Amino acid sequence: MPLLEPRPTPSAQMRLWSPLIAIGLTLLVGSLLFLSLGKDPVAAFGVFFIQPLASGNGWSELMVKAGPLILIAQGLAIGFRARIYNIGAEGQLIVGALAGGGVAIACDGIDAGWVLPLMVVAGALGGALWGAIPALLRTRFNAQETLTTLMLAYVASFALSYMVNGPWRDPEGMNFPQSIMFGDPALFSPWFEGMRVNASILIAALASAGFWLFTSRSFLAYQLTVGGLAPAAARYAGFSADRTVWISLVLSGLTAGIAGIGEVAGPVGQLNLNISPGYGFAAIIVAYLGRLNAIGIVLAGLLMALLYLGGEAAQVALQLPAAITGLFQGMLLFFLLGADVFVDYRLRPRPKPVIA
Amino acid sequence: MLEHLIPVLAGTLAAATPLIFAGLGELVAERSGVINLGVEGMMLIGAIAGFAAAADSGGGALAGLPAGAVAGALAALVFAVLSLSMAANQAACGLALTIFGIGLSAFIGQHYVSFSLPGLQPLDIPGLVDIPVLGRIFFHQDAVTYLALISFGIVWWVLRKTRLGLILKAVGEAPDAAHAIGYPVIAIRYGATLFGGAMAGMGGAYLSTVYTPLWVQNMVAGRGWIAIALVVFATWNPTRLVLGAWLFGGVTILQFHAQGLGIAVPVQLLAALPYLATVVVLVLISRDKRLLQLNLPASLGKPWLP
Repeated sequence: MPLLEPRPTPSAQMRLWSPLIAIGLTLLVGSLLFLSLGKDPVAAFGVFFIQPLASGNGWSELMVKAGPLILIAQGLAIGFRARIYNIGAEGQLIVGALAGGGVAIACDGIDAGWVLPLMVVAGALGGALWGAIPALLRTRFNAQETLTTLMLAYVASFALSYMVNGPWRDPEGMNFPQSIMFGDPALFSPWFEGMRVNASILIAALASAGFWLFTSRSFLAYQLTVGGLAPAAARYAGFSADRTVWISLVLSGLTAGIAGIGEVAGPVGQLNLNISPGYGFAAIIVAYLGRLNAIGIVLAGLLMALLYLGGEAAQVALQLPAAITGLFQGMLLFFLLGADVFVDYRLRPRPKPVIA
Repeated sequence: MLEHLIPVLAGTLAAATPLIFAGLGELVAERSGVINLGVEGMMLIGAIAGFAAAADSGGGALAGLPAGAVAGALAALVFAVLSLSMAANQAACGLALTIFGIGLSAFIGQHYVSFSLPGLQPLDIPGLVDIPVLGRIFFHQDAVTYLALISFGIVWWVLRKTRLGLILKAVGEAPDAAHAIGYPVIAIRYGATLFGGAMAGMGGAYLSTVYTPLWVQNMVAGRGWIAIALVVFATWNPTRLVLGAWLFGGVTILQFHAQGLGIAVPVQLLAALPYLATVVVLVLISRDKRLLQLNLPASLGKPWLP
């Protein structure tokens, strides 16, 4: 006898509770993990979630990390709603960074206000192009975008490695695989002395507002969602499946590309092999945790950014490996998917014994 | 030229071994109707478990492979509970398993970063190894590479010749009908999924204890995803899967022999080749929609509850 039975209608309440349940379960298992490592869980969570926010710089870092996560996740969510699984945002981020970084390197020494905007445009186009390839392969050749987007992410990382080891390597960089440091005209200038937060966070904020309007107000977004949930109905209504694929992949590539520029023209300040600590992959979790909803994604992005900061703090204060962040990310997504089951299903009540 | 080519072809077989293990496992799972995109994660978990067992016990690859298989199966169990018992979205659960596997293996692997293992010496098959050319390619390999080919034989035989294989395929094609006849659909899918996990874990453990016997974070490097692509490329046929794995093994090994073969292109391009080849191969096979439809297990990826 299965324990689950379908609900008559999906539970809207459960949809909201599920991320909170997932966070709770992650904290619970996290405590057990800390205990087994011989750390006091309360103190450990203090280091993870409180300490990073105890200073102005901590808040600045939170914004620096949340920005790209939110921006990428907003783009991914459009595709996920339509069941188009772009899991190679990391590659689109890298190609965006390469395109915009190329502009910065070509314009080195030019002190003009248009350099940075041009970089952003180039980054957006680069990311969009890298998203357009899987779209073409899917619509023209029926190749699954899950695999092609991811494979192209590996290709992008080798392209980056080639560029910073070859044509774009800093001649005075002691042979390290990195480009020149970008000049001020090619950088987002920090808002506060000694902190890294800068105007690129505004792009994420604007994009979030834009995506909120798009998803809640536009007929196009409705068409995309229907295409994902009920392809047959969408076809009957005349919504184009190919267009859904194109919009989903190009749009998410575009946001990832801009996020790439935010990194190289922000905290990183050059092209090197460490331009992203896996933002493209973590953004997948952010999109789901945020319920594929523009406002939810902002909250989820802030939480995920805190998880990154907590991991760094735990490394310093508790001598825990930084990889613990990845472990928490994975657990969080697992628990979320588990809790989400109860949006559509409920536990079957135990049948009452029949008295003869 | 032949002198150069023999080590390349022999290396191709070894490079194909993890792909054969992981690919066969995924193939069996998919034939039962379960698509598990967590192969990369299961391979990583198998790789670190295998490495840890080999290093801590001092037993080398002999201890590493079973440990990798068990760890891979346990990882698959998490996926199975969510996606089979609770009918959660299989694509998302697989993705979660991969993200979790990357994190978990990096976390545990931190302790093993500077270790190295002895690896495995090649095992010559008496008699056969003396066949000119072919002997040095096929019969001068490590024992695990032979094991991969033996598992291919077993999977081929079970799928093609046995009642178990028939039931497995029935569950993948028509779970409702199989259930109506009285077969335990969920249990069979559990079995296929756990087998897939054990095979992926073994492939990962081969990488970390035999192929390059040291621990490097994220050392599976996309092979799990390539294995998934290989299953599509093979149109769910184990023989074609092995041929595909050899093809990819060859592409992977090319970067280490390019100089000797007189190929002068940037190393990054050669390193990117397996991933580019995956895309090309997917395009070639997917463009024929009819061919895919004919072979695709009909219930693949669709949640099913009794």
